[in-house]
Amino acid sequence: MDAGGEHMTTLAFLGDFGDAFDYIFHARESQAGGAKVGGAELLPLIWTHLEITLIAMAIAVAVALPIGLALGHTGRGAFATISVSNTGRAVPSVALIAFFIAFFPRTPEFWNVTVALALLAIPPILTNAYVGVQQVSRDAVDAARGMGMSGMQVVRRVEFPLALPLIFGGIRTSTVNVIATATIAPLVGVLTLGDPIISGTVHGRAGQIGASIVVAVMAITAELLLATAQRAITPAGLTLERDPSSSRTLKRRIQTAP
Amino acid sequence: MSALLAQLELHDRSAANDCVANNGICPSWIADNIDRYWSPFLQHLYLTVVSVAIGFAIAFGLALLAHRRRWLAPPITQITGVLYTLPSVAVFFLLLPLTGRGNTTAVIALVAYSLLILFRNMMEGFANVPAETRDAGRGMGLTQQQLLWRVELPLALPEIMAGLRIALTTTVGLASLAFLAGAGGLGEALFDQIAFRSNVLVAGGLALLLAVALDLLVLGVQKAITPWTRAVST
Repeated sequence: MDAGGEHMTTLAFLGDFGDAFDYIFHARESQAGGAKVGGAELLPLIWTHLEITLIAMAIAVAVALPIGLALGHTGRGAFATISVSNTGRAVPSVALIAFFIAFFPRTPEFWNVTVALALLAIPPILTNAYVGVQQVSRDAVDAARGMGMSGMQVVRRVEFPLALPLIFGGIRTSTVNVIATATIAPLVGVLTLGDPIISGTVHGRAGQIGASIVVAVMAITAELLLATAQRAITPAGLTLERDPSSSRTLKRRIQTAP
Repeated sequence: MSALLAQLELHDRSAANDCVANNGICPSWIADNIDRYWSPFLQHLYLTVVSVAIGFAIAFGLALLAHRRRWLAPPITQITGVLYTLPSVAVFFLLLPLTGRGNTTAVIALVAYSLLILFRNMMEGFANVPAETRDAGRGMGLTQQQLLWRVELPLALPEIMAGLRIALTTTVGLASLAFLAGAGGLGEALFDQIAFRSNVLVAGGLALLLAVALDLLVLGVQKAITPWTRAVST
């Protein structure tokens, strides 16, 4: 108690938030006693949260990217793509998770949640890939064809690199959404960082606020990391082409959300 | 005869109970219980409409400001971008020490989330007004203020309304989580019996229906107030 005394006074003036930070960095007894919460005990929760996010995003990219590129390349399916994205936005994420839990009771909860999140992540990636390829200038595609490239080569070497900024924009939107939505997974028994938030009686107010801070930091970190990666892989020519005086940039994302 | 009827009713009820016990999709259960969803539905509608209305007012003010003072646009986009990135569930609980639990907390979080969508679409709308049209307006002697309200704003309406539709459907989805902030809504009904199929279908279906209805409503309003777009739209 004495050892922690000095530490407590420095944080005490922050009240609830101080206590929340204390919860993040130091394990403590749970509200009812008998279990350790907070501090290092958060690590498994963070890990599950990341695991769900990564698997869901991998599934979503593997499904949505080829379809988006193919539809964009052929120019077909504009109506279908827009419908998928509009419907996807209207489906509440909780309802989708609940749907999987109620209708596939034998599948492990982890997979029900992961697949539901993957489905939520698909529309932004699909729409952005489609629009990204569609907005590639016809001249560039014609030039590539004139050089004797096959359809596959045009996609791989011209359309895909030129569409990358938008594709990455879609992946960013989806990743942040998935991290946010994975917070409610504990409602169906999958222990992510949402557990301290939802099980307030075990973790206390400090746990609820502390875990919220960690989730928020995680979402912002993912956004920043992906933004950096997006800048790194954007072909140099595209960055030059951007007109700084215009408020519209090539990197603008198409808005779709959970 | 009445004995037969009673038996029939008994049989009917047991069939309904079987359906519920077998976790099926039970029309009779839904018909009997649909009343329970009315108040969460209204609460959901209230959260969505109030949040988007406040968000729209704030975003509109910010857009007018950024339209007048160009250098303000990037910082406003960045700040609203951070608010957009913050997970709503986290915001519900980060607000706990400040606003406690309830409608206020839920509405603040939903407003924060909607700002970027609305602001970005408004700026996009202003940016898409052709320079020639602006020049023509000035040539006709319109002041800056008149130009804004009579030329730029009407021409920016399609983008602004598109932003409103995205914000509405997104907020309906997020309001499903408002029960975590103690603000009820359809999410609460959904999680009450999360493994019961009939309940999941009704609660989730109502949320979806609300999103689609609001979307169509705004689309209708947009068509009505921008009659000129029908002539040129492809």
